[in-house]
Amino acid sequence: MKDSYDNPDERNLLDHTRQGVIGQPLDRPDGPLKVSGQAPYAAEYDRPDCAEGVLVGATISKGRVRAINRDAVLGMPGVLAVFSAPEMLRRAAQGGAGEAPMQDVRQVEFPLQPVALVVAETFEQATHAAKALKIDYDDQTGKAVLMPSPDKAEPAKDPVESGDLDAALKDAAHVVDVTYTTPGHASAAMEPHAAIAEWDGDRLTLHGSLQMVKYNVKELADSVDIPPENVRIVSAYVGGGFGSKLGISHEAVAAAVASRQLGRPVRVVMTRQQVFQAVMRRSETVQHIRLGADADGRLSALGHEAFVSNLPEESFSEPVLQATEFLYGGENRRLALNISRINRLTAGSVRAPGEAVGMPALEAAMDELAVALHLDPVELRKRNVPDEVPGQGKPYSSRKLVEALDAGARAFGWDRRMPLPCQRREGEWWIGMGMASAARVNILAKAEARVTLRADGTVLVETDQTDIGTGSYAILGQIAAEMLGQPIDRTTVHLGDSLFPQGAGSGGSWAASSTGSAVFRACEEIRAELARGLNCAPDDLQLRDGMVWVEGGEPRPVTDLMDGDIARVGRIEPGELMEKVKQATYGAFFCEVAVNAFTGETRVRRMTGAFGFGRVLNAKTARSQCLGGMVWGIGMALTEELQFDDRDGHLTNHDLAEYHVPVHRDIPEMEVLLIEERDAAASPLQAKGVGELGICGAAGAVANAIYNACGVRLRDFPMTPDKLLAELPDPFAGPT
Amino acid sequence: MAQTPAARIAVNGVSHDYKGDPRRSLLDFLRRDFGLTGTKKGCDHGQCGACTVMVNGRRINSCLTLAVMHDGDEVTTIEGLGMPDSLSALQKAFVSHDGFQCGYCTPGQICSAAAMIEEIREGWPSFVSVDVAGHARLDDEEIRERMSGNLCRCGAYANILAAIKEVMESGATS
Repeated sequence: MKDSYDNPDERNLLDHTRQGVIGQPLDRPDGPLKVSGQAPYAAEYDRPDCAEGVLVGATISKGRVRAINRDAVLGMPGVLAVFSAPEMLRRAAQGGAGEAPMQDVRQVEFPLQPVALVVAETFEQATHAAKALKIDYDDQTGKAVLMPSPDKAEPAKDPVESGDLDAALKDAAHVVDVTYTTPGHASAAMEPHAAIAEWDGDRLTLHGSLQMVKYNVKELADSVDIPPENVRIVSAYVGGGFGSKLGISHEAVAAAVASRQLGRPVRVVMTRQQVFQAVMRRSETVQHIRLGADADGRLSALGHEAFVSNLPEESFSEPVLQATEFLYGGENRRLALNISRINRLTAGSVRAPGEAVGMPALEAAMDELAVALHLDPVELRKRNVPDEVPGQGKPYSSRKLVEALDAGARAFGWDRRMPLPCQRREGEWWIGMGMASAARVNILAKAEARVTLRADGTVLVETDQTDIGTGSYAILGQIAAEMLGQPIDRTTVHLGDSLFPQGAGSGGSWAASSTGSAVFRACEEIRAELARGLNCAPDDLQLRDGMVWVEGGEPRPVTDLMDGDIARVGRIEPGELMEKVKQATYGAFFCEVAVNAFTGETRVRRMTGAFGFGRVLNAKTARSQCLGGMVWGIGMALTEELQFDDRDGHLTNHDLAEYHVPVHRDIPEMEVLLIEERDAAASPLQAKGVGELGICGAAGAVANAIYNACGVRLRDFPMTPDKLLAELPDPFAGPT
Repeated sequence: MAQTPAARIAVNGVSHDYKGDPRRSLLDFLRRDFGLTGTKKGCDHGQCGACTVMVNGRRINSCLTLAVMHDGDEVTTIEGLGMPDSLSALQKAFVSHDGFQCGYCTPGQICSAAAMIEEIREGWPSFVSVDVAGHARLDDEEIRERMSGNLCRCGAYANILAAIKEVMESGATS
């Protein structure tokens, strides 16, 4: 079998297997370990004689380290060494880099960039010494570009242009011409970046908190200049990533450098503040959106031009327009992404790069168009579902947008929405409803996994794929158990170790469908082996609860067909289907908000999401992914915003007290509908990605509900009380 | 470093004489000296709740207090509530309701919830209590308000609420 996935697998084999575990809402196998605190995260491995390292950040915004005054701190109790080495990272690696990112911490590119590592016997000693460390700089802060300036932006890539946008806008019956902004966001995973490095001769072992082990091995090896085969990375449990742990960052290389020098294990855990200041941010965006529609609401013109920022020479630019390219029609279009260079920490992937910020703006602009047309916002979207990708003539694979819009509207009770704002008042609160579409590109990534059907009939799955909370432990076991007909409790999944075959890694919502397909293919090879024993075609094989038979035959233990363990490595990589067919996941958000007429405070009262992402592999973990995305959407809509000081460019809200992620009380009753779907173009599992879809547009639904509640159309996320207060209608006037 | 008087701290029923660095937080004492890494460090500033443990039955952020301040105290950590083969009702409910994803905030959520259930039973009011005279309701808003010191970036809040409610309504020991 070719590794590349070039032709849709229409067998839908997982619909015909007998075990009955695929798709079931099974508990996570890692659950008991996690709820009892027994799952070990990176910093928690007990390594004998482990020293503790603490990073030190630059006090300038741009410049160069001239001198590190080591002697003063080397005399402090327990202090072992101070490192400021050329190998140490000044920027974190982008996802999938596979090579060292910008090194040499002595060159300072942004405020609080790590410039040194202090190592001591204990964490308290290292922390104290790190605070005491004096560093002399050649300070070039005056030359730093501190704030993004769209007027100095350059194209990030070639714009997508077709037809004549300006003429179409002039001819359109209804035009929306608006500019939305979104601020920078932080991943803010609950586990801070952490690493324990130890050397055995010229071999390095790193216990790290990382999302994509196969790339991280290469990045770390390149950083410390050893061959990748000399690096082992263990990342078995990851306390959240959301993009921030796609590539290696400062703590991993600093720990490796220090451990090599000191000849003992070194642990480096970034402080919460350092994670905010130094690792990765989502770029702020400015988005100019122009929509032109005829009297029936059919789009003829679509302009979406966005500005983002990043450090000089970074390849990543927040792909704001990713879903705009394929979601709606509008034959006359201009989609342009521009980037300006700035001395601010690296901009990179934060959950659903692109759609997370592009979709809320597009969906709010669509709401404005619906208002202009006096048309129901759901109906407006349904009228603009294109037959083929505009300007590309490319067909879509399975697409459940309309089904999600209808199912979500029905479950939510959208028909009870007042079409005009300021119609519902409960005491101090304006009540409103809003909706938005969800869309996210789907990606199949290269992946390998080994499955072993052991002589005793138990099943073992091994891959360096990580589980960052997404449910990899659960779904990979379910695929293997289903394919090999074994009960789930006889199936074991080992993940996150570079000694295992290379999975896809956790990013871009591709882990389940990609590494899951590798598990599927490994199982297919094992099934073929078993079929030879029964002299039947592999797909005629019936397997359940450890028994094997062909239709009409007598079941017998599968172990009767085996001489010993059967181990196979399954492989998949993206093929022609990725190019020939537009693959994406779709959905719809509906939410109800209350806006305080006096204070401008917004409370989300309930939220419904309906999502189609191909075959559901585990209904429980998939639902949780969707819930999590919607929580992020509420955060983006109402509270989350990185704020930078325009005097020296430093991040002012660098922790969880000042950067406001949603808390329990911000999150209301939530409902998730999983739309039945099989997408054979996406993977042999007929599954697509789900990890990011729940955020892609969610904040737009909240923004639109705010408008429907109180008639205020804010175009700057997040929609905080101060912004609303300036625009709110007379609170004593009551419903209009 | 000046010598510190010993503090005798009982953790999950096991006593330990701490004579170390006076700068060591209770959190780092648990994780480093006691090897109980179930208690998590998410921010070290009392902002996230991942380090929540119970001291003499009350929940606190163990990162905001020093080990040496706990002479004579009894600390209960997640390991003391239940291990994989002996999970408490609350731990089981977190598994069955998928009240976590990455699992890093989870021990803190569970310790916090266990203490919170007792607070509600004892009639402690909260910011959302209509009646502050000792008649706390067992409703969703009370639970959400009282759990708001425990952040979950994966966004498992709705499932955590379901898990806590199931245990409260069953009357099981958390």
